[in-house]
Amino acid sequence: MNRNPQLNAHGELQHLITLEGLSREILQGILDTAEPFAEVAEREVKKVPLLRGKSVFNLFFENSTRTRTTFEIAAKRLSADVINLNINTSSASKGESLLDTVDNLAAMQADMFVVRHASSGAPYLIAQHLAATGREHIHVVNAGDGRHAHPTQGLLDMYTIRHYKKDFTRLTVAVVGDVLHSRVARSQIHALRTLGVPEIRVIAPRTLLPSGVADMGVRVFQDMKEGLKGVDVVMMLRLQNERMQGALLPSPQEYFKYYGLTPDKLRLAKPDAIVMHPGPMNRGIEIDSAVADGSHSVILPQVTFGIAVRMAVMSMLAGS
Amino acid sequence: MKIHIRNGHVIDPANGIDRAADVFIAKGKIVGVTGGNPRGDGAAPPGFEANATIDATGCIVCPGLVDLSARLREPGFEYRATLESEMAAAAAGGVTSLACPPDTDPTLDEPGLVEMLKHRARLPEFAHVYPVGALTINLEGKRLTEMAELAEAGCIAFGQANTPVLDTQVLMRAMQYAATFGFSVWLQAQDPYLAKNGVAHDGEISARLGLAGIPVVAETIALATILHLARETGVRLHLTRISSADGIEMVAAARATGIDVTCDVAVHHLHLCDQDIGFFNPHARLDPPLRAAADRDALRAGLASGAINALCSDHTPVDDDAKQTPFDEAEPGATGLELLLPLTLKWAAEMQLPLATALARVTIDPARILGIGGGTLSAGAAADVCVFDPQAPARISRETLKSQGKNTPFLGQELKGRVRCTLIEGHLAYDGAFA
Repeated sequence: MNRNPQLNAHGELQHLITLEGLSREILQGILDTAEPFAEVAEREVKKVPLLRGKSVFNLFFENSTRTRTTFEIAAKRLSADVINLNINTSSASKGESLLDTVDNLAAMQADMFVVRHASSGAPYLIAQHLAATGREHIHVVNAGDGRHAHPTQGLLDMYTIRHYKKDFTRLTVAVVGDVLHSRVARSQIHALRTLGVPEIRVIAPRTLLPSGVADMGVRVFQDMKEGLKGVDVVMMLRLQNERMQGALLPSPQEYFKYYGLTPDKLRLAKPDAIVMHPGPMNRGIEIDSAVADGSHSVILPQVTFGIAVRMAVMSMLAGS
Repeated sequence: MKIHIRNGHVIDPANGIDRAADVFIAKGKIVGVTGGNPRGDGAAPPGFEANATIDATGCIVCPGLVDLSARLREPGFEYRATLESEMAAAAAGGVTSLACPPDTDPTLDEPGLVEMLKHRARLPEFAHVYPVGALTINLEGKRLTEMAELAEAGCIAFGQANTPVLDTQVLMRAMQYAATFGFSVWLQAQDPYLAKNGVAHDGEISARLGLAGIPVVAETIALATILHLARETGVRLHLTRISSADGIEMVAAARATGIDVTCDVAVHHLHLCDQDIGFFNPHARLDPPLRAAADRDALRAGLASGAINALCSDHTPVDDDAKQTPFDEAEPGATGLELLLPLTLKWAAEMQLPLATALARVTIDPARILGIGGGTLSAGAAADVCVFDPQAPARISRETLKSQGKNTPFLGQELKGRVRCTLIEGHLAYDGAFA
């Protein structure tokens, strides 16, 4: 298990499970590959035949509409056959284990699994199981696992930043919100570091920060106004409903007051700062509508770019 | 049956023996250890005529290992392991005495269950089994068990396995009641609230991997509670599976103020830390969690100095289905009976410790905590003996492990130290020559 399990023996991407440990060349290669796919979306016929005849299984053990849909669109634009499976937790209660499910679907001649799972590391387990059973030709794409990683989200965020800001090596980027529970934040931080962003800030109350967060190469701010000063990019994180009241936070109102992104707070950032959010947004909790719909917001372009980035990842893994 | 173990190097830490010598056994008991001249057999005791000879050339001859925690999974979890499979593992690992925690199903809270376990474990090739009785009924932390009855049935101490007693009033009364009869109470220190949902040490690795953390304060806060209650009640306290540097310091400080407390560490925690979780290896999911490298180093040093009294396998066989899952869903625990000796030797070699010091931590020291007579080669003691080749490679694989649990982070590795034979009361329980 010393070799990064998502790389093959030649150091090429076999699976996409996390952005951690991937080189700048690999990350830039994915972003470069995504560029022409963004143009495909502008055409009248939005299809290319790169995955013709391949079967992509969307394996969602946790609910998601947006991510699953964008993966589905991406695969279809690459001419793949797409099968959507919402397995939820009910299959576990029926007694079928994760690996049994995987074995059954692999027997249906899958070429790629796009996996979302509530447990951190689940895609590794699947990739290792496929390798151990001689089916390493089936690719695994992580569509979000627990708190661990959401690599295609991280990549589409990098694509968005590059689109608007060009050069990563002069930027100050702030990640704001529930870092503790966020797979998105972890993927963003790894990618920003690899791509050479000199200052990465995280802004959150202590209850929403993992204790080892400073070891990830970020500057930690508890005061949002301090943290936003002079930043080029503000990346907001979603706050899950169940975390708004209880032992982590007292109330959504207080959270919005101190950590919600309002026009006032945004004025502390650079005048040309962009505002991002992985969606779905909680308006009035982590972000003010005036910001979400305002001139700094690139939230909808993120969604569009997400399709191109996912096309790039799938074609690089399984393209003929 | 009279047995002569010849040409070996005898290490009996309790008696300060560490030299070339021969061991003589009759009627299941040690008759004597003689010799010590650089070459040549020790003289047999007068009138001793062996019917069997074991040639221990190149081997260490030591007391059979005493393991403070081995889950045999009976009753209740026979699909994970059976007495037969785990006793074979014990003998193959040189373990001749073991304590089993009460977290069976049903839990060891009834004298009948304990009697049944003792009865089932009575075969001559089986290690001596010392059940730790449940401190509270069904380990629920509400009602005391019939400790005196359970002790008569064979329990040597009372504990909660990994389940904490939430109600401190119940815990205090359980300690008072145990102290009334002079029984030891064995507890694992982990605050269940601070550990809630946690699956890994709270630190850099858990932050990076996105695993819910168990902070060190979960151990130290529980330790503070337990140690205060031990002082108050005067109970003889044994703390199981210390995992952190802070925890070791607290136990040492408590001992310095006169609290009657001992503690142990699991063998995995001497060699591994949270970094060994790697890419979410479910075999590294343990309870308590593998902590930071600095904690591991403190555990290694603490065991060497004696601040930690004993080393145990914390043997926990888990079936594949419960391990081949995402990390946070995997059942904690690792198989350990067959790794205890090689991992003890590895620790000793890496710390440059005398073998006698290292072996004391798995023989006489745990025997004293158990309050049994074993762990020595004294004349008249039960002939529980382990003969091992410290240099022979031991491959840890699914095929070589006799335990039904193949769950170990060391799977696929080659360690040094292989048991050549194990005697239990003079009975040849394991013969590695044919293994």
